[in-house]
Amino acid sequence: MSENIPNSKKKSALSDRRKFILTMARGVGIAAMGGFVWSAFVDEVTASQLLLRPPGALVEDDFLKTCIKCGLCVEACPYDTLVLAKPGDHKPLGTPYFTPREVPCYMCPDIPCVPVCPTGALDTSSVSTDGVLDINSADMGLAVVDEDSCIAFWGIQCDACYRACPILGQAITIEYQKNERTGKHAFMKPIVHADACTGCGMCERACVTEKPAIYILPREVAQGKAGNYYIKGWDKKDEARLKDAKAIKTTTEISKQSASDKLNSDLLEDLYE
Amino acid sequence: MSLSRREFLKSSAAASAAAAIGMNVPAELEANASAAENGWRWDKAACRFCGTGCGIMMATKNGKIVAVKGDPAAPVNRGLNCIKGYFNAKIMYGADRLTKPLLRMNNKGEFDKHGKFAEISWERAFDEMELNIRKALKASGPEGVAVFASGQYTIMEGYAAQKMMKGGFRSNAIDPNARHCMASAVVGFYQTFGIDEPSGCYDDIELTDTVVSWGSNMAEMHPILWSRVTDRKLTDPDRVRVINMSTYRHRTSDLADIEIIFTPNTDLAMWNYIAREIVYNNPDAIDWDFLKTNIIFAASPVNMGYGMRRAGEKSMTPVRPDGSAGKYSAKEMETINHEMVHKVSAAEAPALEPYGYKEGDDMVNKPAGLKHWEISFEEYKKFLAPYTLDYVAKISKGDPDESLESFKKKLQTLADLYIEKGRKVVSFWTMGMNQHTRGTWVNTLSYNVHFMLNKQALPGSGAFSLTGQPSACGTAREVGTFCHRLPADMMVKNPHHRKHTENRWKIPEGTLNPVGNQHIMKIHRDIEDGLVKFAWVNVCNAYQDSASAKHWIKAARELDNFIVTSDGYPGISAMVSDMVLPSAMIYEKWGAYGNAERRSQHWRQQVLPVGDAMSDTWQWMELSKRFTVKDLWGPYTLRNGKKLADVRKAAQALGYNDDTTMYEILYANKEAKSYKIDLNSFPQKGYDNSDCSGDSRNVIGGDGKVAKGCGFMVHEYLWEEYASFGRGHGHDLAPFVTYHKVRGLKWPVVDGKETPWRFNVKYDPYAAKAVAKSGSKSTHAFYGPLAKALPQGNLLGITDKNKKPLTDKAKIFARPYMDPPEVPDAEYDTWLATGRVLEHWHSGTMTMRVPELFRAVPEALCYMNPKTAEEKGLKQGDLCWVESRRGRVKAHVETRGRNRPPRGLVFVPWFDEKVFINKVCLDATCPQSKQTDYKKCAVKLYKA
Amino acid sequence: MKTLWNSYRYLFFRRFTQIGLLVLYFGANAWGWTILQGNLSSSIIMKTIPMSDPYAALQMLAAGALMATNLLIGVAVVTAFYFIVGGRAFCSWVCPINMVTDLANYLREVIGMNKITGIKQPASRKIRYWVLGLSLVISAIMGVTAFEFISPISMLHRGIVFGIGFGWAAVLIIFLFDLFVLKNGWCGHICPLGGFYSILGKFSLIRVKHLEENCTLCMKCKVVCPENQVLYMIGKESLPVLSGECTNCARCIEVCDDDALNFSIRSMAQNKKMGE
Repeated sequence: MSENIPNSKKKSALSDRRKFILTMARGVGIAAMGGFVWSAFVDEVTASQLLLRPPGALVEDDFLKTCIKCGLCVEACPYDTLVLAKPGDHKPLGTPYFTPREVPCYMCPDIPCVPVCPTGALDTSSVSTDGVLDINSADMGLAVVDEDSCIAFWGIQCDACYRACPILGQAITIEYQKNERTGKHAFMKPIVHADACTGCGMCERACVTEKPAIYILPREVAQGKAGNYYIKGWDKKDEARLKDAKAIKTTTEISKQSASDKLNSDLLEDLYE
Repeated sequence: MSLSRREFLKSSAAASAAAAIGMNVPAELEANASAAENGWRWDKAACRFCGTGCGIMMATKNGKIVAVKGDPAAPVNRGLNCIKGYFNAKIMYGADRLTKPLLRMNNKGEFDKHGKFAEISWERAFDEMELNIRKALKASGPEGVAVFASGQYTIMEGYAAQKMMKGGFRSNAIDPNARHCMASAVVGFYQTFGIDEPSGCYDDIELTDTVVSWGSNMAEMHPILWSRVTDRKLTDPDRVRVINMSTYRHRTSDLADIEIIFTPNTDLAMWNYIAREIVYNNPDAIDWDFLKTNIIFAASPVNMGYGMRRAGEKSMTPVRPDGSAGKYSAKEMETINHEMVHKVSAAEAPALEPYGYKEGDDMVNKPAGLKHWEISFEEYKKFLAPYTLDYVAKISKGDPDESLESFKKKLQTLADLYIEKGRKVVSFWTMGMNQHTRGTWVNTLSYNVHFMLNKQALPGSGAFSLTGQPSACGTAREVGTFCHRLPADMMVKNPHHRKHTENRWKIPEGTLNPVGNQHIMKIHRDIEDGLVKFAWVNVCNAYQDSASAKHWIKAARELDNFIVTSDGYPGISAMVSDMVLPSAMIYEKWGAYGNAERRSQHWRQQVLPVGDAMSDTWQWMELSKRFTVKDLWGPYTLRNGKKLADVRKAAQALGYNDDTTMYEILYANKEAKSYKIDLNSFPQKGYDNSDCSGDSRNVIGGDGKVAKGCGFMVHEYLWEEYASFGRGHGHDLAPFVTYHKVRGLKWPVVDGKETPWRFNVKYDPYAAKAVAKSGSKSTHAFYGPLAKALPQGNLLGITDKNKKPLTDKAKIFARPYMDPPEVPDAEYDTWLATGRVLEHWHSGTMTMRVPELFRAVPEALCYMNPKTAEEKGLKQGDLCWVESRRGRVKAHVETRGRNRPPRGLVFVPWFDEKVFINKVCLDATCPQSKQTDYKKCAVKLYKA
Repeated sequence: MKTLWNSYRYLFFRRFTQIGLLVLYFGANAWGWTILQGNLSSSIIMKTIPMSDPYAALQMLAAGALMATNLLIGVAVVTAFYFIVGGRAFCSWVCPINMVTDLANYLREVIGMNKITGIKQPASRKIRYWVLGLSLVISAIMGVTAFEFISPISMLHRGIVFGIGFGWAAVLIIFLFDLFVLKNGWCGHICPLGGFYSILGKFSLIRVKHLEENCTLCMKCKVVCPENQVLYMIGKESLPVLSGECTNCARCIEVCDDDALNFSIRSMAQNKKMGE
């Protein structure tokens, strides 16, 4: 079709319709290009997992959707614990977080940072027990002890983290153990209890080693997860996991073929080769 | 089975005690001197902080301390430390270390009390000191020159200071901060045993079945000892019992089987309850054989006041119609008036009934001193009658939210544990029992129980006073840097002791001042009264650590006096002062400390001091060069009218003339010079000695010339001369050089052997000797020489003035429960206790400069019960005012965390100069020991 | 003779509100004032009236977030407000980037940059609607509020209130872009928030009205207008400026020496038109 039209005419005689389509196509193309760059950038800046959110924060994916980056939580924090991520912080831009080694969460009983959230990215109900604000139910992260650098595990009488813990005796307890080397002293080792720890970071702040030997990680990062298909027979509370349990179809290397395919396969010959 | 294990432990403890001397000159130590090629050097030292006395090793590199390790050879800690000890390498290098002498000056360069601090030379500094001491002597005599001394002095420093003060200036106004810390324990020891310091040692922990902590948060304050207690508990969890007795819950409760939260001051009642349980309900538990040969019963006056200021003192006049008096407000006088007349309360009435008091009676108080007399067992029994479980539980239960039944059950169990046959019991205490308006009493009451059960001075059993400071025992007590003491438990009041000391010091007889009453609070009060015109703060923070602080700071800043502080860092005392001198810190000088189990530990100078800092020993020697025989040894009349003789003539007889300096007499004498500097052999080889030989800094000294040191081994001289006081008197110390080879030794060190359990014939050669001499068959001899003859009487007083000797005997005292002078009322409705936290040492001058410790605990919090907070409209994290009749501070409310007070009590630690809690605390003291009660006063709380 | 005041009175008021709002936000964070807390994304007046950025809310909706009641109230408040005062009044009266781009524009004039780039703009003013659409698509796909993670506007106002970090670089890029690359480049071409308010502003009440009979065709208004396509009627017809792209900045009113431009209310303007 095109060979019928002279070259000179080709350029100028573009129909309006065609022009419109081309313009649209160009727009879509540029938009797609920009969109990919934009998406890649957004994906990158929201990828940071090692980030501690204020109490009551939704799970990270929902939080990133819901946080409007207004900073009202930051303003409500009486200890300047919370900050909004700035360009250069390598954190999801404009979202609130805290760095416990600098300023931990002091676990205010009235949790002023949460109710002010206009979007529900900080969820009051997740830091309430029976409808009453309860900071002990907060879950900002989980303290993790590096036993190699923790001087209490050397036998030093430290436990600065334990004494700094707002819910000491629950979130951190001391495990006593004989020090066989000296024959007359005891180790007093800090043990973190994941069910009680709120991730406030008072322990990380207090830790006296050069780089903290106890530090807060987001729970997603810090914790493993046992499947819901096994329930502790000795722990009534563990039954709670049962509500998420469902039948799981399993596939392994050996079971990926259907039964008949397997039975009809060449394997048989190998069996008596 | 457990028994055989204990026997094994006992023998191993004894074996280690026997082998202690000379045994562990660790290969490491010897090798180290030559290990300099590594670029660093390890050498042994003692931890700077508490009275536990952990051994450490310091690494130096390029003339600076760079690292520390626990000394694996040290018997106390076997290579471990707490977190303060962990940071010993960091304490000397704070950015604001004092490096030059500083004087408040006007712009003409003259001293001006209201001027700003500016750098001066050491020469100018000593000029100013000399001038102001002369002024003070002229105005007030020797009583006008005072020193705030320390339980953190090295032993040699304390001895040097004491010589110049008492021998040179003839002033007994030298008193250590150990007064705030150990004085009640000391008087308790004196009155009970006739000699200071604990009978047991730390091995008791491994040998005992029961640890009762009375007013001692060992978990935070003696962490290494606590880890030994923990190990003991782990070793035999079914047998071993740990009981924590406190006025609020703290970390020591974590390990405890029983936690007893009691109302402040009622430890008196509880000790007497246990004694009553023994005497009335378990008389079979009493070891009468032991009691009859070793113990007598005694009583003392009860109306002795509370060690506060008394009516008529200069700053207490005039009395105004509104109730205020002199420099004291009407509010303050509400409490101080108890010093003169106290109305017997309902709580104390039953306890005072045997003394003829009933509720509502006016008790007219008079200073009683240390007077006591012998009584019969029957009198003692009569005294104990009121302390029934009902009465004691009623007044003692400290947690309003605990049921009376539960509390009674615990008290009963406590008594049963003490009484149980075959159960070994150690009672530990620290400031809860010492910082107490009846501190001496409660100390003596602890021994009562142990004596009656014959559970004292035995391996694994005994009442054991733990010390707070690293050398409260070594320096303050053994050296005697208290106003009333001389070395080795001698007293300035005793003419024989003075004479002995004068002879040893080669100063004229009659030089020493017989009046030793200027204890630390008295010095503050004398400054406020305008009597003391010159005061020198040594190795302490006298203006942060004293209660009713506003009075003393105002007096220092506003009256005509001259206050000097020697310190490493600018603390509150330096700020209050007129002149500040830069002092060498612990590892920048040769030194020695003595810990709570009588263990003396030495170290060498590891590094040169920072800047122009010089040791306190050097400062005392420089000062002594400024004063001669004619300056100081003329006649004086003391304020009580007593005369100090003119001893200048007598001085001539000793070969001195009018112009002989105190330096030549007290320090650089012939004996001193016989201790030579010997840089070619152990222990001096390879180590600096700034005091004796000067150093490469070439600091310009007190005479304007480069300080080249005294030219002899002054530390060895001071040690040996001091040690000579105690040798042969139950205080025997080993030679200077020996201590550089071993990890400390527990005195008395007799024939090269240390003594693990004193007064016990089996372990203490002095006890064995005493028993041999008296021919008694006893297992014990309480041979302490003080107050060993008493008049006879009953609870009410002396009936027969003839003194009966009580050779080798100890005493059980009848001492009743009494209220403290200030109890919560409608307006000031809450108890305040102050104290320490593990992370910080005392006033925080060192530890608040260690970044890690500062970050761990940056400020003092007001610990309170959540319900108290709610009642006061406060919430967690709020700033609240803590206000007493004396002053107020702001602190953040903490309703969680390490300390959990019951309703009605708050705890605010004192390390933080920004939360200056001593403005709030009351300077009431035990009238016998003069130790301040920091553990209780009444405050109100409200939102700031 | 027109006074200086007359020539710049609206500019003064605009700068006053722009800076004043930032001061209030800053004071809330720094000193605990409660007049206006938060930032332009979401804030609260006197601890009672919530305000939220409707465009941010739209992205949240696209991303699949649950919308909280407070957020919806805040969005309603802001939408209602701009519905009255003119959608892009945000751009000229509130947005702090406006000060940056105005400065770039001013410098462009001063250094003669317009002379070398010529009158013809190399880019379409429709780009902003593409960016707006794209932001919603990306929000939906990525499950995050896409523009909020790159918005230089937020970086600046949040930066001024809570600390800017490297956000100044983004602001500088816009400044340089407007100065050297494209006249009114950011605000007039790219900014999707401006695009959003343009759409909202189509229906708003306060409008600039042109009186053709007073016009002397001096064209000062067209020179000064950052969105001069909206002034197509100058000298031709007495019409209100009905395009949503008008920012109600009132520069045209200030520069008009002939009283040919003034604010009026949309319905009145239309009534008048109808009356004619």
